[in-house]
Amino acid sequence: MHEARSGTELDSAASLVLESSQVAAYLIRRLWQMIPTLLGVVLLVFFLFKYFGADPAVVLGGLNASPEMVESIREQLGLNKPVWEQLWIFIKQIVTFDWGKSWATHESIGHLFATRMPATLTVMIPILLLQVALAIPFALAVAYVRGSLTDRMVMILTTVAVSISLLVYVILAQYLFAFRLGWFPVQGWSDSTWTNLRQYAPLPVLTVVMVALAPEIRLYRSFFLDEIGHDYVRTARAKGMSENTVLFKHVLRNAMMPILTNVSVALPGIFVGSFLIEVFFSIPGLGREILLAVNRADYPVIQAFSIYLAFLTMVVNLVTDLLYKLVDPRVVLK
Amino acid sequence: MSTITASFVRPSEGVWLAAWRRLKGDRVGIVSMLIVGLFLLLVLAAATGLVARDWQKELGVPNASPTFIGPAPPEATGTIAVPTGPNVDLSDIDPLAPRYKEWAERAAQYKTTDTVKAETLPFGGDRLGRDVIAKAIQGAKVSILVGVVAALVATIIGTVLGALSGFFGGVVGDVLEWVYNVFTAIPDILKIFAFAAVVQRGVGSVVLILALTGWTGIYRLIRSEFIKHSVREYVRSAEAIGASRMSRMFKHILPNVSHVALVQLSLHVVAFIKSEVILSYLGLGVGVDQVSWGTMLAEAQSELILGYWWQLVAVTACMAVFVTAFALFTDALRDALDPKLRGLE
Repeated sequence: MHEARSGTELDSAASLVLESSQVAAYLIRRLWQMIPTLLGVVLLVFFLFKYFGADPAVVLGGLNASPEMVESIREQLGLNKPVWEQLWIFIKQIVTFDWGKSWATHESIGHLFATRMPATLTVMIPILLLQVALAIPFALAVAYVRGSLTDRMVMILTTVAVSISLLVYVILAQYLFAFRLGWFPVQGWSDSTWTNLRQYAPLPVLTVVMVALAPEIRLYRSFFLDEIGHDYVRTARAKGMSENTVLFKHVLRNAMMPILTNVSVALPGIFVGSFLIEVFFSIPGLGREILLAVNRADYPVIQAFSIYLAFLTMVVNLVTDLLYKLVDPRVVLK
Repeated sequence: MSTITASFVRPSEGVWLAAWRRLKGDRVGIVSMLIVGLFLLLVLAAATGLVARDWQKELGVPNASPTFIGPAPPEATGTIAVPTGPNVDLSDIDPLAPRYKEWAERAAQYKTTDTVKAETLPFGGDRLGRDVIAKAIQGAKVSILVGVVAALVATIIGTVLGALSGFFGGVVGDVLEWVYNVFTAIPDILKIFAFAAVVQRGVGSVVLILALTGWTGIYRLIRSEFIKHSVREYVRSAEAIGASRMSRMFKHILPNVSHVALVQLSLHVVAFIKSEVILSYLGLGVGVDQVSWGTMLAEAQSELILGYWWQLVAVTACMAVFVTAFALFTDALRDALDPKLRGLE
């Protein structure tokens, strides 16, 4: 909204104060804007399960429950109260983090979150780092030889690679590298993070990275090509700079912005994890837990995960927006 | 707007005709369109029972291996010499001996036919001896139908809401933006799981889940197009001559932004087919009595460990060909409809 006056008019200390007050104002505004969205998420989750889900009392009662038992469970859960009162109870549960226990395992939901998160992060953080670290040089190399036969072959290959389901790659990788060649354990997990990272995580991590590389290379290549068309590249070439300097210094730095955006979009996903990978390799992470909850109709777990992860996603998005400002001073927070 | 009489100018070709002309020049686009068309015909044929109707029939032995040349002749194996001499009469010590005759008579009353099951099938059989190609075609029917219908529904939801939000703005726009923000706040996978948790299993549910969770991107694009178009002169002129709001939205603006919706539609078909495969694999998708590419992959996983690779190959090949062709066709379509975007990716 307010464009910062140029530094010449103000001494640097004053501009710093202005800057930080701007950031603070921005932060407050963004946090304020989160409230209606969060409320919407709560309403969506509440009414989705209230009106479309099965009756919780019937689920909890089990197959042999008599009508009286079901009725008494309804009474206990407050399902006979008016809808607004139930919604109020739901909101209180969210705010106080008191969801009670999972219906299926009687594990407290807070404990569930805390114990499943590390496994997911152990797999997802290496995936994210490796993916970006590998995609950038490959994409730059392809952009370097743009229009050539190699470029076209890579583009065709990635198109085909993308159209095969992730499932096929995981099935084949597990069969070939673990079952046939025995390079990795087929599946498993331990209590020690180090053992996990060294022994159990490599196969899932490498599989996902290999699969994700094809679309990432395509995307980053388009970012680089986008930058190559700009005037500053022509200027740099006109000055007689080598193609390497132009690509690695000028283009790469400017293309970092869309790349960062892309990474930040993917960032909240690391909490949910690649649930497919967790299911395949028996990794006790959040994604697998949610899938189990869906199969067991364990509503509190799904509800809690949906709401807290939505919140987490919003916070991560806010943090990345602030990071932009840090990376690129031209960005004006709106 | 122009006052030049028609005799001076060639009637300008419409946007669709121009797009078709551009598409015709794109060789990759035409070939992929033909492949997609063939697949759609195959789906239609499977739906009407012309092809792969008997996919449930157990044609071969379990896990019949794939070959065109038929089973290998049985190898000569060492045989055990049949003992010579009379059979020992056991009737005085065998307590069941008196009833053998009675049983033989009763058994003769029933007719049993021994169906000869093929030792091998051209493309191999699954664990029940069903032809994997027939199965893959049936799977294609379900997976492609789910992808196309879900993408259609998502496009309709996204287009209608985007049109309302972009055209009216104000309170309507704010409310719809809020709904959009709420839907995009929850990570996609969680949204799909939350919806999957409350609905029954089945083809209809998968369509519903994918459409209800996948409309947001289309909404966003259509909304921005409507915001742009609603203040253009042709819309103003329409308003001036008394065109109603509905007529301006859907008769005047929509045809001008429909190419955006069409490209989004085909992009979502690909994405939804992939999602359906994963959902069905996880058991959240189609029912047990149906077959889709996802359920086939689930079977193929355990078969592979036993060395039966053909089901995996059949599904993967089918899916890869269709999805690649569809993706290339979408690219060509986008280039043809929106030449400005050409070469961006």
